[in-house]
Amino acid sequence: MGILEVKNVNKRFGGLQALGDVNLSVAENTCHAIIGPNGAGKSTLLNCFVGKLIPDTGSVMFDGQSVLGRTPHEINQMGISRVFQTPEIFGDLSVLENMMIPIFAKRDGAFRMHAIENMHNEKEIVEAAEQMLEEMNMADKRHMHSASMSRGDKRRLEIGMCLSQQPRLLLLDEPTAGMARADTNNTIDLLKQIKDERDITIAIIEHDMHVVFSLADRITVLAQGTPLVEDDPENIKGNPKVREAYLGEAA
Amino acid sequence: MDAIILQILNGLDKGSAYALIALGLTLIFGTLGVVNFAHGALFMIGAFCAVTLTKFMTWEVATGEVQKTAWGSEVPVTKPLFESWFGPEVGGALIDWSVPLAILFSIPIMIIIGFVMERGLIKHFYKRPHADQILVTFGLAIVLQEIIKAFYGANPIPTPAPAAFKGSFDFGAMLGFDPNVIIYPYWRMVYFAFAAVVIGAVFAFLQFTTFGMVVRAGMADRETVGLLGINIDKRFTIMFGLAAAVAGLAGVMYAPINSPNYHMGMDFLVLSFVVVVVGGMGSLPGAVAAGFLLGILESFASMNQIKSLLPGIDQIIIYLVAIIILLTRPRGLMGKKGVMED
Amino acid sequence: MLGLNKKDTTLLIIVAALTLLAPFILNPFPTESGLAQFNAGYPDLMQRFVIFGIFAIGFNILFGLTGYLSFGHAAFLGVGSYSAVWMFKLLSMNVIPAIILAVIISGLFAVLIGYVSLRRSGIYFSILTLAFAQMSFNLAYSVLTPITNGETGLQLTLEDPRVLGQSATADGSIPVTNLFGAEMRSTYEMAVGPWAFQFNMGYYLCAIIMLVSFYLAIRIFRSPFGMMLRAIKSNQTRMSYTGLNPRPYTLAAFVISGMYAGLAGGLMASMDPLAGAERMQWTASGEVVLMTILGGAGTLIGPVLGAGFIKYFENIFSKINDNILHGWFAFMPDGLEDFVVTILHPFIGKGWHLTLGILFMLVVIFLPGGLVEGGQRIARLFRGKKSDDKSDEATQSTPAE
Repeated sequence: MGILEVKNVNKRFGGLQALGDVNLSVAENTCHAIIGPNGAGKSTLLNCFVGKLIPDTGSVMFDGQSVLGRTPHEINQMGISRVFQTPEIFGDLSVLENMMIPIFAKRDGAFRMHAIENMHNEKEIVEAAEQMLEEMNMADKRHMHSASMSRGDKRRLEIGMCLSQQPRLLLLDEPTAGMARADTNNTIDLLKQIKDERDITIAIIEHDMHVVFSLADRITVLAQGTPLVEDDPENIKGNPKVREAYLGEAA
Repeated sequence: MDAIILQILNGLDKGSAYALIALGLTLIFGTLGVVNFAHGALFMIGAFCAVTLTKFMTWEVATGEVQKTAWGSEVPVTKPLFESWFGPEVGGALIDWSVPLAILFSIPIMIIIGFVMERGLIKHFYKRPHADQILVTFGLAIVLQEIIKAFYGANPIPTPAPAAFKGSFDFGAMLGFDPNVIIYPYWRMVYFAFAAVVIGAVFAFLQFTTFGMVVRAGMADRETVGLLGINIDKRFTIMFGLAAAVAGLAGVMYAPINSPNYHMGMDFLVLSFVVVVVGGMGSLPGAVAAGFLLGILESFASMNQIKSLLPGIDQIIIYLVAIIILLTRPRGLMGKKGVMED
Repeated sequence: MLGLNKKDTTLLIIVAALTLLAPFILNPFPTESGLAQFNAGYPDLMQRFVIFGIFAIGFNILFGLTGYLSFGHAAFLGVGSYSAVWMFKLLSMNVIPAIILAVIISGLFAVLIGYVSLRRSGIYFSILTLAFAQMSFNLAYSVLTPITNGETGLQLTLEDPRVLGQSATADGSIPVTNLFGAEMRSTYEMAVGPWAFQFNMGYYLCAIIMLVSFYLAIRIFRSPFGMMLRAIKSNQTRMSYTGLNPRPYTLAAFVISGMYAGLAGGLMASMDPLAGAERMQWTASGEVVLMTILGGAGTLIGPVLGAGFIKYFENIFSKINDNILHGWFAFMPDGLEDFVVTILHPFIGKGWHLTLGILFMLVVIFLPGGLVEGGQRIARLFRGKKSDDKSDEATQSTPAE
């Protein structure tokens, strides 16, 4: 029984069958990659995990509880954090503040009216944020305006923000999309390190095979909204079906 | 029954004005993505085009003769400028028809104002947040209305319709009701017909010309059209001029219905925005339909029978409808998906 | 001090000093001198400075922090005024219960309007708030006349019960508003040489309430709650994917700013016990938007500056007339003098709104950060490029350490 169980999920947009009978199980403390050519339904599937889309039929269970019909903040409070294709951070805020917000959310829940005390007196929060910035090698940037950082740094900050909540499941939506090679490699190293050092389950949607094979323990190939194969990376590499649907297409 | 027909008719002229202003607002919003709080001011400027032309034609010029008053003092005889130019016959007729003539006079003025506004101000705000657009056009609206106030004063200026359209038409008699039950002023009929023609022309222009096709494509997906190498910006400037002209025309013809004053633009603007939202941001047919719908609803709500049931409803009906629509159908009656979703 | 860091404490002390010494600062010119028209140190105007300051501080908590642009905040101002006047009619002429009721009622009103309006954001939110405010305005003029007294406006009469006070004074006039006996209108005049300084009870009450409001606003800006509000403005997607529910945060901000507006309305009625529907009109809502933007939205001091700036120049410009202009430009040759006066004529006296509109446009176009940003730019010119970041942090809402 995996931490994330997807059963018989179907989703239509008008005449288009975006997802057809998707069954997927992400085992705890593994890195599970979902790959597939453009338009295979990867992002639609991810949006079903986080409450942004509700499938027409089927169920999505996280740790035995259904996520369907819940709002994104409720799903986050259940222990799922998401990294976006384009880094979503609080651009108007400083890096340190960016890091403090998820820690507040973890401690205080979806809403708390703490309007009078000074936020810098929240020692434990500040410390936890500073520590996470250390781990992300961003401590020197903590007073920077976060919008003015490079894309790689924004990505690093976003991942750090997600990790600071100690999520049980980390969703990555093409984390290296639009990045220069050096930034991509840095991000891969960072993710590898996270995987090795923490008890965390990662589900990653990715286009770049280099990233996938560097990280994934298990791979599901999606084609036209349906899972084609699910196997270990070594077997996927040699699988002719995958080659045809995906790698072959690229060649 | 007769009362219902009467209220529908009464709602038509206000509805026409709402529809024309909302049409322009939607064009600007749909093409340029700009929320134009100064659009009401354009409507007002249109009305003052009519005022200006009337004033100019009836400018009292001295004829050179003098007249003795009853007390024996001599006063120079004056007559309206146009009568001195064209003689009492033709000049008088021109003066009588000054409001319809102001249409010709206002179109170039409004287009120029639109171009200047777009090139000089609005284009710098395409990339700025909607809040900034609202704020700067709000400031512009204040400036425009204060300029008009500085020139024309704060009082409403009566601007009569041609004599031929004075009086009312007895609709009831035509439809077989008792005479004098459903009567409707001629000029309001003219206004409605005029609005229908302008709306039809705008739609035809967008539907059947290449220019219109590009603009419609641009409304649907600005970036892609831009990538096709079509100069969208230039067309959008023209669009802005067109929207300004539509608002101006609505104003010119409205002058005889309500004597123009400097704050009429703001009064109409707030309601027109509500109309746009009800119709659906970015939907042209929605704007027109909502304009007429709300105009008619407003006039129904002011019936005595309804007012005695729900006191004050006539004052708030439009806002109430807008709130309900916004909460239940965020996209408005005919709004498209993806336009200002949140 | 008071739980503020050094910079904020300094800011609060400066504002406190300026406010409390305003009767001196705003009266720099001797009474008899020709420049006395630029004095602003008389009670009526000073009260307006601080009351609109409160209004703008509250508006800034919503707009400056969350970015939600409300075009209907005057409704709360009006509701506050009506509530206060009713308290004067029914209970007593003491201002404290009136102000408390004004804040409570406007807060409840804000819960209602905010709950509905905040289901949408962006321009839809602006239009919803505008629609609610116009509805309130229209209703106040029509059906609600028993409560609002329609076009005449709500006033005190000799027949009002005033259960804890008196309906009429001994000499048969309407009693005046007071704070436990200290009359709001009582003014002490101090003559120093050619100067005359006026110390008004009502002004000092408003000033102290404004300082408390300003202090609370600083605390809110620096609190985790304030940071969440800025996070909403910055990125709502990230906000909700971080496990935070934006709606109660925005509603709380909306209600707080509505209560500030109600407080301002209650104080207005306490200074001059009448309330009219025109206080709720959308032009009044526009005015507070102007003040906040002109001063600098999202900054602490901006709204106060903006309110003071607009009210001061409104007063001064409205008083200038052609004769005064002729007096100023008398040194020019006659033709030129007349020309200059003709050019300036539309901008003065009744044309003040034209000046305001132009000024406002210029600010939005060239100085979106308002007067505060202008001040920073000037400071930067003097200090040179190096200290860029520091000067940013010094005045903006982003706390540095």
